[in-house]
Amino acid sequence: MAAVLARDIFKTFGETHAVDGISLAVPDGEFMVLLGPSGCGKTTFLRIICGLEQQTSGDLMIGGHVVNDTPPRARGVAMMFQSYGLYPHYTVRKNIAFPLRTQGLPSAQIDKKVAWASQLLGIDHLLDRRPRQLSGGERQRVALARALVREPTALLLDEPLSNLDAKLRASARTEIKQFQQRVGVTTIYVTHDQVEAMGMGDRIAVIDHGKIRQLGTPAEIYDNPADLFVATFVGAPPMNLIKHNGGYLGFRPENFLPKEMVANGGCTEFSFRVERSEYLGSERIVYGEIEGAETKQIITAKLPPAHVADESIRPGEWHPYAVRNSMLRYFDKDGKRVSRH
Amino acid sequence: MEAVVKTARKTAGQVGFFGAVAFFVILTTFPFYWMVITSLKSNSDLYNVTNIPFWFNEPPTLEHFKYLFEQTLFTTWLLNSLIIGVCVVAITLVTAVPAGYSLARMTGRGGETLGIGIFLTYLVPPTLLFLPLSRIIAELGLQNSMWSLVLVYPTFTIPFCTWLLMGFFKAIPVEIEEAAIVDGCSLFGAFIRMVIPLSVPAILTVVIFTFTLTLQEFVYALTFVSASDQKTITLGVTTDLVRGDIFFWGEIMAGALIASIPVAIAYNLFLDRFISGITGGAVK
Amino acid sequence: MVSIAEPIAKPVSRYRFILDRREVLGSLLVAPAVLYVLLLVGIPFLLAVYYSVSAYTIYNPSWRFVGLANFEQIVRDPVFLGTLENTFIFTFGSQALGLILGKFGAFLLLRPFPGRKIVRALIVLPWVVPIALATVAWQWMFDSLYSVINWTLIALGIITRAQAPNWLGTPHLAMLCIILVNAWRFFPFAIVIFLAGITSVPQDVIDAAIVDGAGFWRRNYQIIMPMILPIVVIGLIFGIVFTFTDLSIVLLLTNGGPVGTTSVLGFEGYQVGIVSGDVSHGAAISLFMLPVLFVVVIGMLRFIRRREI
Repeated sequence: MAAVLARDIFKTFGETHAVDGISLAVPDGEFMVLLGPSGCGKTTFLRIICGLEQQTSGDLMIGGHVVNDTPPRARGVAMMFQSYGLYPHYTVRKNIAFPLRTQGLPSAQIDKKVAWASQLLGIDHLLDRRPRQLSGGERQRVALARALVREPTALLLDEPLSNLDAKLRASARTEIKQFQQRVGVTTIYVTHDQVEAMGMGDRIAVIDHGKIRQLGTPAEIYDNPADLFVATFVGAPPMNLIKHNGGYLGFRPENFLPKEMVANGGCTEFSFRVERSEYLGSERIVYGEIEGAETKQIITAKLPPAHVADESIRPGEWHPYAVRNSMLRYFDKDGKRVSRH
Repeated sequence: MEAVVKTARKTAGQVGFFGAVAFFVILTTFPFYWMVITSLKSNSDLYNVTNIPFWFNEPPTLEHFKYLFEQTLFTTWLLNSLIIGVCVVAITLVTAVPAGYSLARMTGRGGETLGIGIFLTYLVPPTLLFLPLSRIIAELGLQNSMWSLVLVYPTFTIPFCTWLLMGFFKAIPVEIEEAAIVDGCSLFGAFIRMVIPLSVPAILTVVIFTFTLTLQEFVYALTFVSASDQKTITLGVTTDLVRGDIFFWGEIMAGALIASIPVAIAYNLFLDRFISGITGGAVK
Repeated sequence: MVSIAEPIAKPVSRYRFILDRREVLGSLLVAPAVLYVLLLVGIPFLLAVYYSVSAYTIYNPSWRFVGLANFEQIVRDPVFLGTLENTFIFTFGSQALGLILGKFGAFLLLRPFPGRKIVRALIVLPWVVPIALATVAWQWMFDSLYSVINWTLIALGIITRAQAPNWLGTPHLAMLCIILVNAWRFFPFAIVIFLAGITSVPQDVIDAAIVDGAGFWRRNYQIIMPMILPIVVIGLIFGIVFTFTDLSIVLLLTNGGPVGTTSVLGFEGYQVGIVSGDVSHGAAISLFMLPVLFVVVIGMLRFIRRREI
């Protein structure tokens, strides 16, 4: 049984379709990531699931119940906001206890649950502090504790890592994912960062202009993108695209190597002239041009940092580069993925 | 030589600066100094053209204050103003706080136009409305009673306070209310449990401001009330301390002083917050 | 593994959670304020308009419609035209004076100096103290016999006792007095507005101007002033509205005299409509304030909108 089931959800604001027909089934315990650029509708869709926005049309079921007309507090969801939304005038303890107080639970039970949630997140030493006395990471854990304390059917997170500095983000990512696996709560996570999505999601829904472009595991999204948008949105540097036979031919930078580095077997060769090379320590990014391309564009190649022949990365000369045929991706003129033509 | 000229110029500049400051301070405070001195001077000292007016020529006296409290209706006026103030503050809080919140959260053109509309009503002059209002008051049988003022004063305190509170409420992040809603509050519950506790300074400012507004109002008081024992403190001090065409200046100044001091103190305590309220609303 | 919570069993009626709908609660919360304003401002306003086109007086409360006859009558009345002129002079004079004093005062208070806090508290007094009470202090200061101003002028040898002017009793001097008192009341508000505006200009804009070579005066008039124009205009709107419609200062200082030379619209509306009981003409006079206010407020708001940075 799906914990969260959305069927043909539409949301219009005046003329614009913020959510343009999304159907999604999230099974119990899954970590589902909604990935897309800003303004694509992913946050609106999340807020519809939460109940903070009302969909224009379509059905929503949470935990097997139709929740179209019920307010958030009756849906069994919990949400963690981008800036955490902690109650500034309450201590951490009262923050976490609040969702239980509104349900009218007896205070002995409340205390037990607060202790459980705060221990789970390692913040039981902070219970008497105020939010303004906490660091960013600590505040995030309090927000998580507050979301979990009512044992929701679905946990919704709205870009929770965007307010952290880059260093903290990686460790916070791990924490959240490990934590979710341990607790097993169905989670829907919104982000525009494809690294987060790839690193954390069991499945990813790539969203653009209010529609789901592709739904699949990280591997499926990366290796078999359904259209140009998914192909270029996921992966950094983005997939190289050249016009070909009325459509497009794509290959990822890490698959575009000097010919001698591509193992023997079916491969397609390109004559490549390096214009610029960036040495990043862990890898080398090379920018250049392909001979005979229909339009002038920059092609990127991602090479290992060492053991690369000097002449193949020297600017100004033409050198043979190749891509293994199994790594080539073809798209038709509308951007949809097709098999080789 | 140049150093001397420079320091001379600097000192001249400083003298000019402090001179200008002194000018402003004297300009603003002299009338109040005048109030204080007049209220403490004996009548024979006051009404003597040859005496130096700036200081006491005869010993200072409290006779005006005594007279004010014992021989005039001053204490009645004080009480009236207090009662009116408290009632109007209550009415204003009950109406303006929810209204300000609703307008602050109302997105879209409707909310904006309503907000501007409410603000504009504050600008409708009492010297236009007092005419029809006096007829309405008469119809309601409230003429010559201080309760007419309790009815009418909210017409300007509510618009202004709504506008003030709108600015304050907008500054509270919506996420806190949304979190409370997801956590189990109703919409109204989120307002009561989250927004109001976080707005206590703003609400306090509104209380102080409303109270002072009612204390100093003159036009409506003048129009609706003529019976001496129903007058407010401002109206009484300025119109009732006259016998024929003899002004009881000592008493008038004493009364004006007593009525002004609490207002001045309250404003000074809340000035900064009040200003940020006005400018916060004006400068988006 | 955490157990899954059971959400409330459905289905529910559409009305169970009606107070959770933003539109419903929002309208409910705003309703009392809107109602109060509609009943006690909106209706009286319409009433005033109707009075002005009727023949209503206290002694003869007739609702008979007379069209624009009242307006024609007052416009032909030289006393009214004088009042109109006085009102404009009064407003323009006191606002201009108040703005100049306000700007100057704001610059003085801009930089910290010893005692600035006390000076700030004192300078705000005229605006903060109830207008009627401050006005009586001035009334006493301008008194025909005991004026302290006259005393000072005599003591300084500038005039003799015989030449001592009767401030409130001489036609043009009286107008000067009411302008002065209103400017005195208004300029602390102007100081506050200017200070708030100037301090809101971001420091990097000022720094950029300094690096670009702008001197003190150029910085002020070409950079800072244009940037704080919106907030100054809002302050001006308040000032103009309250001055143009004023009654208290004129009533307490001069009672419209001498011989009506300081009568302003608010005052004459009071005299005719309330004191004399001629409600219809009084309403017509008061209504004359509206076109000017309307033009001023809308005009200035538009002006701000267009210059929105």
